[in-house]
Amino acid sequence: MSSNLYDFSTLTSSIHAALSGMMSSGWVVFTELVLIGLLFLLFYALLGLFLVYLERKVCAIIQNRVGPNRVGKWGLLQTIADLIKLLLKELIPIRKADPILFNLAPFIVILASFMAMAALPFAKGLQAVDFNIGVFYVMAVSSLGVVGILLAGWSSNSKYSLIGAIRSGAQIVSYELSVGLSILAIVVFSGTMQLSGIVESQADGWWLFKGHIPALIAFVIFLIASTAEINRGPFDLAEAESELTAGFHTEYSGIKFAFFFLAEYINMFIVAAIGATIFLGGWMPFHIGNWEGFNHIMNYIPSMVWFFLKTFFIVYLIMWFKWTFPRLRIDQLLTLEWKYLLPISLVNIVFIAFIVLMGWHF
Amino acid sequence: MLNKQELTDIITGLIPETEFPEGTQLLEVIVPAEKYFSLVEKLKSDQKLSFNYLISQTAVDFLSHMTVVCHLESVEFRHLIVVKVLLTDRENPTIDSLTALYPAAEYFEREIFDLFGIRFNNHPNLKRLFLEDDYGYPLRKDFRDEINIIER
Amino acid sequence: MSEEIIKDVIVGENEDYIINMGPQHPSTHGVLRLEVCLKGETVKYLIPHIGYIHRGIEKMCEADTYQQLIHLTDRMDYLSAHMNNEAVCLCVEDALQVEIPERVKYIRTILDELNRIASHQLWWCAFGMDLGALTSFFYGLRDREHILDIFEESFGSRLLHSFVMPGGLMHDVHPNFQKRTKEFIKYFRKKLPEYDQLLTGNIIFQNRAKGIGYMSRETAIGYGVTGPSGRGSNFACDVRKIAPYGAYDKVQFNEILGTGGDTFARYQVRMAEMWESMNIIEQLIDNIPEGDYTAKMKPIIKLPAGEYFRRVETARGELAVYVVSDGNKSPYRMKFRTPNFSNLFVLNTLASGHKIADLIAISGSLDLVIPDIDR
Repeated sequence: MSSNLYDFSTLTSSIHAALSGMMSSGWVVFTELVLIGLLFLLFYALLGLFLVYLERKVCAIIQNRVGPNRVGKWGLLQTIADLIKLLLKELIPIRKADPILFNLAPFIVILASFMAMAALPFAKGLQAVDFNIGVFYVMAVSSLGVVGILLAGWSSNSKYSLIGAIRSGAQIVSYELSVGLSILAIVVFSGTMQLSGIVESQADGWWLFKGHIPALIAFVIFLIASTAEINRGPFDLAEAESELTAGFHTEYSGIKFAFFFLAEYINMFIVAAIGATIFLGGWMPFHIGNWEGFNHIMNYIPSMVWFFLKTFFIVYLIMWFKWTFPRLRIDQLLTLEWKYLLPISLVNIVFIAFIVLMGWHF
Repeated sequence: MLNKQELTDIITGLIPETEFPEGTQLLEVIVPAEKYFSLVEKLKSDQKLSFNYLISQTAVDFLSHMTVVCHLESVEFRHLIVVKVLLTDRENPTIDSLTALYPAAEYFEREIFDLFGIRFNNHPNLKRLFLEDDYGYPLRKDFRDEINIIER
Repeated sequence: MSEEIIKDVIVGENEDYIINMGPQHPSTHGVLRLEVCLKGETVKYLIPHIGYIHRGIEKMCEADTYQQLIHLTDRMDYLSAHMNNEAVCLCVEDALQVEIPERVKYIRTILDELNRIASHQLWWCAFGMDLGALTSFFYGLRDREHILDIFEESFGSRLLHSFVMPGGLMHDVHPNFQKRTKEFIKYFRKKLPEYDQLLTGNIIFQNRAKGIGYMSRETAIGYGVTGPSGRGSNFACDVRKIAPYGAYDKVQFNEILGTGGDTFARYQVRMAEMWESMNIIEQLIDNIPEGDYTAKMKPIIKLPAGEYFRRVETARGELAVYVVSDGNKSPYRMKFRTPNFSNLFVLNTLASGHKIADLIAISGSLDLVIPDIDR
């Protein structure tokens, strides 16, 4: 099986043992929490920088140009320059905007994505929070983001922002259903909601291949619905530049705008990571059934590399969508969800339940 | 497509008060102000004429009088005609509006009001189009703006 | 205190929710203010406010000589600058009854069609960008650069050339002109199908464009909507067919008419016009006769007293020039009937009842250039 994959739990348990030797158990928990929090903050920031750079380069290649290549070698320091610029910008106070809600909104959005990221299994044994209802937790927590968006649009005291926030609220709430149902499809296959359990169950092949047709349908629906969830790609009318100037975050400037901007890219990463974990096997290498020799060779590539490869593949797909397709109108978007995706997902789930009962999957 | 002579005959038959100047590039009709609307209405509704496309409507300021000039074309027959009305009152020039016949006239007439000061009866929304409300009427030949216009 | 807050918040039943797509806006291409009254996401009515770029071109023409005012006409619809120039020149040449050389006619027509292709390319890239397909902006501009390079070599400027003078051209075209134009045609014939692959066949785009902004033929004739916008509603208004000028009577081309009347029909008419323009250029480019680049004209042009009227087909519709002359070297009155002036005011009729996103699509399909409206 996955015998020669490095198991991070040896590292984490040795750190735990070292700390327990130094202080009492209450302090050990506190120190570990602080350490993990700092690690995640660092990861979040670096990931945001990298994703923004990646988006600009991918966008440039699709548009037949080069992208940033002046600041630093290959333009790698471009995002840092943008970050410094955003930090130094003036925070324009808006007259008649509700001050508490206006300042709170970006933090809520960041909070939601932070909490969702805590539950991702990065590598074997490397998962911060491993609930037995992991899938349920991730879906619940990522829904908090819509509160931040609605607050931002409402408290800005601007008609454009309000329209953008209302559109976005309707869109996110609708597409949560499809995301949930497509994830549920794989939960039916694997029998557990615990994320590490779902990854373990893919040790003899990823659910995308083991679940053949219904898993493929669920994956496609997951891709479409999660692109809509994160306000990206053909579903980005909440921030459609050519119509509403910038939608719900029109009135934000400086570091607060940077939060919205960052949260959008991290959400993209999270959604891609969930997709990779549930459909493409998470950190599990590419195994085929019982071919021991092949599986053993695949295990030589570390599990963290597998995880990031799969996640960035889905991130690339999402970026590709955005730069190719025109935007959908709000009523077309809602029609797509309620009249097409939702019925298909429901039928799919019933179908999968039947398949699992009959044992007609790999 | 009817030629100039046939058009002249038909139009004189419809409204006898029209005059036709000689030697012009296109057929021109000069009509007194009272008969203006009914002439244009007949030009549009008559089966053989059927001038249903208002190409342009403008005004020209000769210092003694002002002229409102309409260029009309028929989409079916492709003949062109120019309808002119002379307005002698420079204080308060008024003429009928063609908005009931051609929706495009609404905006041509607003432009004429803006630049010349000619008012139109029965216009749904006679407001200025480009300029502020207290600016004069620039395309009149006796318009002087000391600050913005330099005379040679 | 609380009553005032509540009064601010509650909007009465008969108050309209007005949103302002103001003079600065990413998708009204130019300075146009649209006062849009909304009910939810639906547009109830809209009122355009213009005049932000009113420069008084018609008044300025009364003080300039005919050669000088050519430069003013460039700046009206700057994307079909060449056709604007040609309209005034044709008027002057008709009035003086000057016979212009064949070479001039051929070159003017080729430049007309190149300008039309460049204008439609810019329209396509802006239209895609408004709808959210941001990549189309770069594809359109990449191909437009080839045309602008040809112009720069011959005239020295990319957009506003003022190259056509009464009597002919300002100077002869560059010797490379023929070769580069032929190369461009070969290159663009391969690239134009890419536009269809990116946008036309995309189902999202078709859902955004089909059935949106239906304009009947009667509305088009009543408002005077000409050009590809009018032809999309089956209104045959191509001045190149009705009153040919230049070398248009020597070439075979089709007038593209669309029957749909909606945004998609107007889109398809413009795409087909790009193919037709390339056909026209191909028929002319090899047969440019040798000769003078201008007829013999006096240095000071005075039109005989009278009134003159001329029409041309710009990329957006019918531009008519009406000159009243009293025998001096400046016109007594010069009126430009610009296509965008008529095309704009049909927007209220087309967009009422649709959503905000459709308003953007409709105004993009009407292809408005605001300086043309305000003059």
